Amino acid sequence: MTDTSVVPTLRISGLTVALPEGADRPCAIENLDLAIAAGQTLCVVGESGSGKSVTATAVMGLLPKELRVVAGSIELHGEPLLTASKRRLRALQGQAMSMVFQEPMTALNPVMTCGDQIDELLRKHTRWPQARRRDAIVQIMQRVRLPDPARIMRSYPHQLSGGQRQRIVIAMAMILRPKLLICDEPTTALDVTTQKEILALIGELKREHGVAILFITHDMGVVAEIADHILVMHRGVPVEYGTRDAVLKTPSAGYTRMLLAAVPSMTPPAPRARPGGRPLLQGIQVEKTYQSHGWFGARKAVAALSNANIAVRRGETVGVVGESGSGKSTFARCLVRLIDPTSGEVHWADETGSVEVTSLGRHRLRAVRNRVQVIFQDPNRSLNPRQKIGESLLEGALNFGISRTQATALSRDLIEKVRLPVEALERYPSQFSGGQRQRIAIARALACKPRVLIADEAVSALDVSVQAQIMALLRDIQEELGLGIVFITHDLRVAAQLCDRVIVMHQGKVVEEGPTAELYANPRHEYTRTLLAAAPAQIA
Amino acid sequence: MAAFKHLWRNAAFRIGAIVLALLVVIAAAAPWLGTVDPAALDYSLINRPAGEQVDFALPDGDSVRHTLWMGSDSFGRDIYSRVIYGTRVSLLVAISVAVIAVSIGIFLGILAGFFQRIDALIMRLMDGLMAFPPILVAIALVAALGAQLWTVIVAVAMPEIPRVVRLVRSMVLTLRAEPFVEAAVALATPTPAILRRHILPNAFAPLIVQGTFIAASAVLTEAALSFLGLGLPADIPTWGNIMAEGRVQFSQYPGNVLFPAAFLVPTILAINLLGDGMRDALDPKFAKRTG
Repeated sequence: MTDTSVVPTLRISGLTVALPEGADRPCAIENLDLAIAAGQTLCVVGESGSGKSVTATAVMGLLPKELRVVAGSIELHGEPLLTASKRRLRALQGQAMSMVFQEPMTALNPVMTCGDQIDELLRKHTRWPQARRRDAIVQIMQRVRLPDPARIMRSYPHQLSGGQRQRIVIAMAMILRPKLLICDEPTTALDVTTQKEILALIGELKREHGVAILFITHDMGVVAEIADHILVMHRGVPVEYGTRDAVLKTPSAGYTRMLLAAVPSMTPPAPRARPGGRPLLQGIQVEKTYQSHGWFGARKAVAALSNANIAVRRGETVGVVGESGSGKSTFARCLVRLIDPTSGEVHWADETGSVEVTSLGRHRLRAVRNRVQVIFQDPNRSLNPRQKIGESLLEGALNFGISRTQATALSRDLIEKVRLPVEALERYPSQFSGGQRQRIAIARALACKPRVLIADEAVSALDVSVQAQIMALLRDIQEELGLGIVFITHDLRVAAQLCDRVIVMHQGKVVEEGPTAELYANPRHEYTRTLLAAAPAQIA
Repeated sequence: MAAFKHLWRNAAFRIGAIVLALLVVIAAAAPWLGTVDPAALDYSLINRPAGEQVDFALPDGDSVRHTLWMGSDSFGRDIYSRVIYGTRVSLLVAISVAVIAVSIGIFLGILAGFFQRIDALIMRLMDGLMAFPPILVAIALVAALGAQLWTVIVAVAMPEIPRVVRLVRSMVLTLRAEPFVEAAVALATPTPAILRRHILPNAFAPLIVQGTFIAASAVLTEAALSFLGLGLPADIPTWGNIMAEGRVQFSQYPGNVLFPAAFLVPTILAINLLGDGMRDALDPKFAKRTG
């Protein structure tokens, strides 16, 4: 563990935080001990609800009113924080300890320029004259490698990219040279290539200033890349604490082992045998251009998707990978015809033949909609909150002329197929966890007996252990029903494990396509190489 | 039932609901609450003070022993009876206006939100309607249609429609992009069923709330119209026209204005409290954090 001869930058001992009555468990955190020395990074890892974010807010003194510390102590350089006055705490926040949040867009004030926001911090904590403050801001902006500091100072957050915004937040956190930096999932909202740069920057700052870092994340790949020590939490209880290599290579707790095993590997498995045959879903030169027309006829065309091709056969999973803005979701929505492509063809086939759907009118389109179904990313929004699960599952079957009795029997089969109890049919979506709702969404899509399933980031919002279960479920269902699956994801690990072939998209174009193993081993396109190199380190 | 229990825990909702329930009982039981015919005139009893016991001469020639709880007006009518019967008109106007404005608003709002082709047309019409002060629109409509109960209701409801349309349209625009609506589209659910099953139920809570605020403002607008002499004909008592008639001699007999006002103010307050309570309880954004 840490060197005990010197006072660690942060020491938490026996911290217990109580949840309000009526919560699913009595404590948000139970009996937590940790210490971080200067120049060290401690990663707190856990799934949602593990209490890792509560730890961060407790240190910063930002705990919501409902949460009470009932035991333990938090010390910053030996100074107790829990008993500190509000005034003292406010002086420490930003100056001795600071925080980087997950979503930079909400962490920054949207109506204030970035320069003013950093300046506000300096005015509050220092008595520096304006010129000195300005120099300091330019200096820190250069340090976090923001291009053209003079321009960025005058920019509003929405004018910057996600990565640049996170750099601003880091600049704000670091400008007063704090001793402790708390990062709460700072790269989760960013693309992999940006994530790699931000992680490298945090690493540099740590070495340069000897700052202690409390880094909160759910991503084992990120942990492997930056941690010195690791603390694994599960439902508020610390289950394992040790150096990075000890925890990752020789985990002692069962939960840690499960967590590590659930992380998909970057190495694709051996190719499966596939039935083949005619494509069930085919997109040929699909294009989508958005026209924005101003009041005075000034038209602007944005090509969200150009010249995209795809073919999915029986029992085959085709991955579409890319970063945000790559057009992969637009492609998915064109393939389901939730939006009309500007040009190109989309064919849906079943045993009776193939139909080109971009030219179909609404009525004829509705008649063949059972062939292609879709599953969305956000489990909280993919089910109608005011409809019982049973009703949701009946909808598709009833639309295709199945009688109510048969449809009810079918929905019972389906709910069992996705491994939920039959009683689930009588409940509302709010009574289920994210993973369970995603199972329900899969069952709903299966109700009209589709030939192809399009999964748009269907496992991205889930914890790794749940993600592994849903991936296994999708695979089982595919084997059983011979479904074709289009799997859209930003996560190269998930794609490696699940997909037979992968299509790489970048800025609205398909840049590379090939069998998964081949593509991961020998990426031909430069962008694919960048993407693969940016993926967080291999764990074991 | 569970939803009602949840609402009942909200103090604002509780107060509003109790006061309104009381008003409904008063309106329904008006003939049995020691009232006389509110339109009956007894010229021997002009401008009597509150609380006086008199023999009231009814139009059919009979005479009854009657207490003028709130005095009598300049025509010799019993103000208490008029105020109690006026409750009926106010509640009727409040409920009908809210129902009419919300129904038409839902219809137009859904059209505008879901069918982009007529969106601009409907919304510009609504903008145009909003450009006039509501009372002016109501006055013009009553003047054009003549003063009857239904024309007053239509005139008061009309200016409230644009606000509902805007609310519904914005909610439809948000909801139609929700994944569960897109999933329904992919499942080949016909558009009317999508609107009925997926969009309306999720837009309902804010609409009920908006409806209560419309009801409150309708009571006020009706009173204002009557006060201006453009509301219901004088033989139908409303709080507005009682006050209008009392206005002339307000300095000598303030009760003619203050007694109906003492009913009007708590009614508006109760409806608004009811709406506030429902908004807090039904809208998750206002829900108290429970950790």
